[in-house]
Amino acid sequence: MADVNRGNRPLSPHLTIYRPQMTSISSIFVRITGNALLAATLLLIAWLLAASTSAAAFEWVQCVITSWFGDLVFLLSIWALWYHMLGGLRHLIWDTGRGLELKTAERMGWMMIIGSLLLTAYTVIWL
Amino acid sequence: MAFLTDRKRASGLGAAKTGTEHFWGMTISSAALLILVPLFVFTVGPMVGQDYEAVTAYFSRPFPALVALLTFVVALLHFKNGVTVLIEDYVHGLARKVWIIIMTCVSYAAIAAAVFAIARLAL
Repeated sequence: MADVNRGNRPLSPHLTIYRPQMTSISSIFVRITGNALLAATLLLIAWLLAASTSAAAFEWVQCVITSWFGDLVFLLSIWALWYHMLGGLRHLIWDTGRGLELKTAERMGWMMIIGSLLLTAYTVIWL
Repeated sequence: MAFLTDRKRASGLGAAKTGTEHFWGMTISSAALLILVPLFVFTVGPMVGQDYEAVTAYFSRPFPALVALLTFVVALLHFKNGVTVLIEDYVHGLARKVWIIIMTCVSYAAIAAAVFAIARLAL
């Protein structure tokens, strides 16, 4: 019967029983970066909303954005954005049935880490 | 019960509840964001930290306004679908439903605020 032991089974994802690996860690960080990007998104929307309201409102948000806290959020978010984008690209590649061999998958994990750091450095220098 | 096939008994009882719509929706939005995100970073990025006059003048131009508008709308819909999976994985019972409702409302509210702000700046 399908309904034996319902509600008393181990639930996925079984995060605690696996040794950390490149594939799992790089995947978990795609999730963390993607969801954490909400902070910078809301900060940017507040910035645009203030700009569309008045110079006084803009001053107020400008103070937050140009503070060390704003700089930190944006710096981490630029990395998170590039990392998450490369992670999404990896998913799109996987969805075509390519790159699923362990060696290739692990190499793509390293490419995401190195690529996101390089893109972050480039963005920070360019901006 | 003897008249029900195994297929019929199992139908709708899986963890997923629905088919591939969610997966396909994420595929479309991630492909779109692959183009929008770099455009956004190098179009909107330079304006962060600029003064009031520069920012209001910049977003009254069509291209920056459209890039910002599209990116916020597509990214937040992508976020809404992504955060739903996050909640489904780690939160159970009533709290799961409550959190999905809250984050869906946050996503749409953020979209509304972004569209309103950009429209006001652009027009």
